[in-house]
Amino acid sequence: MSFLDPVKGFGVTFATMFKPVVTEDYPKHPDQPAPRYHGRHQLNRHPDGLEKCVGCELCAWACPADAIFVEGADNTDEARFSPGERYGKNYQINYLRCIGCGLCIEACPTRSLTMTNEYELADDDRQRLIYTKDMLLAPLLPGMEQPPHPMRLGDEHDYYARGPELLRQARQAGPLAAEPVATKDTPSPTGAPS
Amino acid sequence: MTQVAVSPGASAPHEAGDPPVPAGHVRLTIDGVTVIAPKGELVIRTAERIGIAIPRFCDHPLLEPVGACRQCLVEVEMGGRPMPKPQAACTQTVADGMVVHSQLSSPVAEKAQRSNLEFLLLNHPLDCPICDKGGECPLQNQVLANGSATSRMRDPKRVFTKPIAVSSEILLDRERCVLCQRCTRFSDQIAGDKFIDLLERGSAQQIGINSAEPFQSYYSGNTIQICPVGALTSTAYRFRARPFDLVSTETVCEHCASGCAMRTDHRAGEVTRRLARIDPEVNEEWNCDKGRFAFPYVREGDRITRPMVRDADGALVPTSWTDAMSVAAGGLLAARDSGGVGVLTGGRLTVTDAYAYAKFARLALRTNDIDFRARQLSAEEAAFLAARVAGGTPESTGVSYAALEKASAVLLVALEPEEESPILFLRLRKASRRGVPVYSLGALATRSLAKMSGTLIGAVPGGEPFVLTALASDALAGAGVPDAESRNKLGALLRTQGAIVLVGERAAEVPGLLTAVDRLAERTGAALAWVPRRAGERGALDAGALGVVLPGGRPVSDPAARAEVERAWGASLPETPGRDTAGILAAVGIAEPDDVASPDRGPAGFADDHADEPARGLAGLLIGGVEISDLPDPAVALAAVASAGFVVSLEIRASAFTELADVVFPVAAAVEKSGAYVNWEGRIRPFAAALPQAGTLDEARILDTLGVEMDVDLYTQTPAAAAADMARLGVWTGARADTAVDHDEQPATHRRHAETIGLSPVINTERAAAGDGSAAGFVLASWRMNLDGGRGLDGEPHLAGTARPDVARLSAADAAVLGVRNGDLVAVRGPASSITLPVAITEMLDGVVWIPARIDGIGTPGRLGANVADRVQVVAAGDTGAAAGKGR
Ligand code: SF4
Ligand code: SF4
Ligand code: SF4
Ligand code: SF4
Ligand code: FES
Repeated sequence: MSFLDPVKGFGVTFATMFKPVVTEDYPKHPDQPAPRYHGRHQLNRHPDGLEKCVGCELCAWACPADAIFVEGADNTDEARFSPGERYGKNYQINYLRCIGCGLCIEACPTRSLTMTNEYELADDDRQRLIYTKDMLLAPLLPGMEQPPHPMRLGDEHDYYARGPELLRQARQAGPLAAEPVATKDTPSPTGAPS
Repeated sequence: MTQVAVSPGASAPHEAGDPPVPAGHVRLTIDGVTVIAPKGELVIRTAERIGIAIPRFCDHPLLEPVGACRQCLVEVEMGGRPMPKPQAACTQTVADGMVVHSQLSSPVAEKAQRSNLEFLLLNHPLDCPICDKGGECPLQNQVLANGSATSRMRDPKRVFTKPIAVSSEILLDRERCVLCQRCTRFSDQIAGDKFIDLLERGSAQQIGINSAEPFQSYYSGNTIQICPVGALTSTAYRFRARPFDLVSTETVCEHCASGCAMRTDHRAGEVTRRLARIDPEVNEEWNCDKGRFAFPYVREGDRITRPMVRDADGALVPTSWTDAMSVAAGGLLAARDSGGVGVLTGGRLTVTDAYAYAKFARLALRTNDIDFRARQLSAEEAAFLAARVAGGTPESTGVSYAALEKASAVLLVALEPEEESPILFLRLRKASRRGVPVYSLGALATRSLAKMSGTLIGAVPGGEPFVLTALASDALAGAGVPDAESRNKLGALLRTQGAIVLVGERAAEVPGLLTAVDRLAERTGAALAWVPRRAGERGALDAGALGVVLPGGRPVSDPAARAEVERAWGASLPETPGRDTAGILAAVGIAEPDDVASPDRGPAGFADDHADEPARGLAGLLIGGVEISDLPDPAVALAAVASAGFVVSLEIRASAFTELADVVFPVAAAVEKSGAYVNWEGRIRPFAAALPQAGTLDEARILDTLGVEMDVDLYTQTPAAAAADMARLGVWTGARADTAVDHDEQPATHRRHAETIGLSPVINTERAAAGDGSAAGFVLASWRMNLDGGRGLDGEPHLAGTARPDVARLSAADAAVLGVRNGDLVAVRGPASSITLPVAITEMLDGVVWIPARIDGIGTPGRLGANVADRVQVVAAGDTGAAAGKGR
């Protein structure tokens, strides 16, 4: 132990003043995370507003933390929420459990489930951290229509097989509305409410 | 019998030192393992026995082999020469010296199987995420395990409209079908309902129905369970859950006395589906649609959730358990001391619940007035049950499902198994396909009798005892007697070893019938079993929930039997045999000892065997699980309950009786409690609680607490405790009371009854055949259908959609006399009212009309004012019917 030790400590402090700052000015100026950051989940929509989720529970199955609860149900002619026969009637993610691993995203067969960059998932109430379907669904963009409504883009096949094409058409038709970071959905020209 | 010899390195099958091959067996080698198999065994089964799993889709151990899916291909060598192509292991039978290479030891077999998977997937849709089978799908599993990761298919897949409803309950997605024909083979070979079949050819080949005939089989749900892909799904379970969501419990069906083993799956506190559990002794791998789909009734809005007592204004108000208990105990004590309390328990009780009722009646209420029969009954029946049925087991009676398959002949009396005990029907059909002759005593040759290749022994309703008496006598039927040839054949068969007589609960509707059955069994040596309709009846009988019998079949009238129970229970028992349901209801509110209810209470009342009983006025009633529409005269029952001084009701859902009760206790439904039923064989069918957290109490527990309030200990707090208490008593080994009616007097009673219904014993059938029937009216035949709007079916409309249509059945000759054709409307008129139904012309006795015993949830005998074997009028019901008839 040398008598210079206390001064050495000041030296570290002094030197740090000339290095770039690593702290962030949260919450005044929150920083954008990396584009592929594993933030809050989102349930995406087809260009006409129908939900992409088919209630298959594969995300729930894949989840190592058992954070997802899904219940499927029948689409009927009177009430259609997604193309095809089945939709997710009840969808919940428990953010007290989620470890942000993204395995659910890998599992989703319809690209319904993706992750956004939103990371502000803290609360002092358990109940509020169980996100329900209405909180997870992507916002309705211009040209989208709140389900239930009939398939506006053709038959079920068109939604899946011609998805990219419909998307291109939409992009060519005009400037894109602001897309949520993690989704590629755009309003479709044919998706206008009738 | 079969043995597995595993000799290491035994590729040459006949090495010295190998065990000798028993007669009727062969020795073969599978994947290098030498094995001895019975001749005729399929290679796939032999392989299974030594632990080699050959993949398969169409093969099913209970269905005949067909070799439809080609998934089980293996390489086979015979006599040292390989067969030119891989063989289907599910159709190839074993042979001596055969060498089999499965996918484990043969690259050829492995490639054949992998290619076949690719072939099956050519047109298979990418539906796994939305398919109910996903997660428990044999195709999915095998492709994941052995299939290729990529597809070479570049062309568009064949598409079908999806799904199509083959019945209101069953949906078919033809794109997913692998054409294994399990569903069609089940329907054809097991159920005998060939409503579903293979249509078209080539890539258009598909499963389908005749558009005029939906898949209206009581067993259709089994096809969903055995379909190896998700091509068949049920409307009820569609998209409700994934296999990994479900918690499974081993349960037993509560809907009938067949006693099917079931698997109940639940998710988040609600039952999502029920499946048949494998039990080779009872239901094999099948069950009926009622058991499979009729479970939502426990979620109906009229479910009673809290105890209720009647307040000062006469309204039922929810209250605490403690309050309800003390009100009930106080009321029952007062009623017991001022005339007595009768106990009515319906057909839904578990054995232990019934035992609690039986013990509660004897100890707390100090009476034998208890009856589990909420239906047509008779004193003769009670005596028969006490003497011949109570406490019997498959071992002691010699009648079981397995025994049916080996029987020399089976005679059905007052029993329509497909409607009244569906799994018994499947076993009888299996037996008949193996050559067991089935005879049915009755007026109709039903479609299910045809499915059992059965023979009808004609008997006009009410006339059955004469036919049985004739069969019991050693004299042969003369040429003039109807069905003489079949009667004589049956008479001879009944006298052979292994003959079985099955008598249904409806036998109580015909005076003298049970005595005649008993005598027939005694004279011929045939084994006898009684088949009730509801799941709880047999257990209630064994538990002593009947006025004349204590637990274990001990006759109340026998002091020694009473003493045994008194020792076990540590209390004295009432000596007077109890009244039955009809007697109890008739005795309610009668103050004067000789103010007996008129013995003749009209044709809709119970049989008139209570006239000589002393009438004490009952002041109270304890009612559990009695459905008013099950009683033969609902109006009389309702009036009796309304006039009772104090009524306690234990119910799952609100009923006509809970409306009238002073105290109502909510009870656990079958899924919420554990316990056991006793099926018609006398076999105990224990089950676990699927939803034990539901917060409901079973009846034994409630009665136990109520007993404590009344200073009596029942020791039935839990099903296990109650079962142990009952087991300590065991079955009565002493003498049984004889059946009520003296055998030698019986024919006189027969004759008197036969004359009242216009049929003399000698010419019963002949007279009807002569066509007098329509003029003198028709004799009513009736029984309940499997799906007939009972309350246990509530909440499942899709199942109700597969119910058979209500029709009135008439013989062709009678239809001609009335001038009606199939589908025309006829009115069946009884003293009380008439019922109009379309006609179905049926092969049956002339002079008899059959209608379902329950239409739209209302019992028809009560509605018509006429019981089975009574006379009713049948008339053509005008032009509307004729028009409808022309449409066909
Ligand atoms: S990110 Fe991971 S932990 Fe979170 S829900 Fe998805 S699978 Fe579960
Ligand atoms: S989010 Fe995707 S994986 Fe999850 S249930 Fe919906 S479709 Fe299935
Ligand atoms: S529907 Fe199912 S059981 Fe029937 S043939 Fe097709 S795959 Fe087989
Ligand atoms: S046959 Fe009877 S016991 Fe079996 S499932 Fe059907 S109703 Fe239930
Ligand atoms: S299992 Fe052998 S051909 Fe289907």
